[in-house]
Amino acid sequence: MREPGILQASAFRMAFIELDKLSLSLGGRPILKELTGSYSGRCIGLLGPNGAGKTTLLQTLLGFHPPTSGTARVFDLDIRTQLRKIRHHIGYMPENDAFVAGMTAIRFVRMMAEISGLPADIALERAHETLFYVGLGEARYRQLGTYSLGMKQMAKLAVAIVHGPRGVILDEPTNGLDPAGRIRMIQLVREIRDTQDINLIVSSHLLRDIEEFCDEVMIMKDGLIVTYCNLEEERRANRKFLQLETRGENGTFLEAAEALGCTCAVDTRANRVKMVLPETVEIHDLYRLAEEHKIQIRHLQYKRDSLHDIFMKAMEVGTANPGAKSQRLARPAGVVR
Amino acid sequence: MAVYKRTYTRYTGALTNERWRFLILPRYMLQSVFSKRFTGAAFMLALVPHLIAMVLIYLRGNATAFIGLDMPEAARSLGFLSIDGNFFLTLFAAETFLSFAIVAFLGPGLIAPDLANNALPLYLSRPFSRAEYVLGKLSILIILTSAITWLPGILLFVLQTSMTEWSWASDNVRILVGLIIGSWIWILTTSLISLAISAWVKWRTIATSALLGIYFVAAGFGTVTNAILDTRWGALLNMAANMRMVWRWLFLNESTYYTTIPRSFAIPAWTGLAAMAVVCAMALMMLAWKIRPAEVVR
Repeated sequence: MREPGILQASAFRMAFIELDKLSLSLGGRPILKELTGSYSGRCIGLLGPNGAGKTTLLQTLLGFHPPTSGTARVFDLDIRTQLRKIRHHIGYMPENDAFVAGMTAIRFVRMMAEISGLPADIALERAHETLFYVGLGEARYRQLGTYSLGMKQMAKLAVAIVHGPRGVILDEPTNGLDPAGRIRMIQLVREIRDTQDINLIVSSHLLRDIEEFCDEVMIMKDGLIVTYCNLEEERRANRKFLQLETRGENGTFLEAAEALGCTCAVDTRANRVKMVLPETVEIHDLYRLAEEHKIQIRHLQYKRDSLHDIFMKAMEVGTANPGAKSQRLARPAGVVR
Repeated sequence: MAVYKRTYTRYTGALTNERWRFLILPRYMLQSVFSKRFTGAAFMLALVPHLIAMVLIYLRGNATAFIGLDMPEAARSLGFLSIDGNFFLTLFAAETFLSFAIVAFLGPGLIAPDLANNALPLYLSRPFSRAEYVLGKLSILIILTSAITWLPGILLFVLQTSMTEWSWASDNVRILVGLIIGSWIWILTTSLISLAISAWVKWRTIATSALLGIYFVAAGFGTVTNAILDTRWGALLNMAANMRMVWRWLFLNESTYYTTIPRSFAIPAWTGLAAMAVVCAMALMMLAWKIRPAEVVR
């Protein structure tokens, strides 16, 4: 027996993930392109369209693919030279089904805990605890091959956390879950996140899920991190976001609004305008401008950027601003004028 | 912590020694193997040749006792039995087939289920390398086949030594070395081939068929090659024949090697050894290619 090289409480002050010009090519095709940045969120959401490189980035952090150039550090441990140590501190829940059909859940989870280095008796104890924790306590002596899709997802989560890791990587945790299962998974991930001293990365296509449990979001596109923002800050931001629906030619109205310091984005098809008001401008100023420029404001509501807006904006900006960190949208999403 | 305390807790206790962690896999697998009556019975059956050999050695060592028991015929018959290289050659030729049967039965089911169910990322995202994974799987077969080949073989050697004099052991040390080395050569070859097939063929039945094909179809192909080309080198395609060559070389003297070998297999023993080394290298390459935590779609 030996004491693990455990990262103590001070570890929380260090970045969870640091990317240092991390590039990866697979089959001659560049998948990750010089990713750089330092990320220390407690729960980082990884968003992006299919093929953006999310799963590949996660797998590279786990050492499944050796980087073509550059490197990355997880808990200040280099993925090129300290992979084994990194794997001691990380739990991984893959996207696809991953289990051994002929084994019961308790045996499989226990074996995985032992492979992570836990002594056999402790591994058994933790396997029981973890399976109860994820809601499979009553089914823990059933063979994994007989589990439903939702149960398999929970079993994967159990395998990812049974050894009590310092960081957990969840790849599409709500994939294929029914509404009740999804809620349960979200609840579990939140609980784990709120446990002291743990970091999570959650990759998902589902913006709602990411919004549910992540405090920071990394958006990838074509192998680049196009946006990284703090959702908490976004939520707390004291900025005035409005959505207007106008009737009439609104070109001069918008120019006048921008002259006042407003930021506008127009969806010409729906005649909708998204607007960010500076502190000095009030709503009645907009009504005054509308009257002056002979347009009607048919509808007006306060609207801050949702994650959907942030995501859509990131998809539009695309490669224009790669590697942007803590970037908050200058304009609301929509068709930018 | 009690089971009812359902909350996430980090583990900060002591960890087991990394060096021996690969033995977790055989421990779990062997529990499964011996939980089934059939495999347990098959394993015991594989020990029968050694049990027979043990009885024969015992009786041969106590042949004079039969005269005291008024059974001179039995004593005379046992007098013809010689515990030498040929005795062990016959025994290990039988064990070669039995150990192959065990490998053919268990081997294809070792890696294929992990690949079919995408379990490799779970193993390899832990402090557990690809080499340790393969070593763990390999050691399942090594432990089982060792238990029916060289381990009881050593016991037989010790038994025979205790029945005779120390001079027998020193005169026949070649047998002891031969049974250990020969068994390891055969165990590694068959185990690596079966693991490689298991890594490439996801369905167990097909994997078992492929394994049998490598041994029996290739052997037939080798015989046909010998017949058509009027050569002896086709024997190199026959793994069992290669092993028999190696056994002969290990158990018998150089001078008796060519006199005891069938004409169609009369090629140098080192060529058989080289053929098996090539097969092992190919199997390792196949494993290295396939045992990956993530498959890259090109």
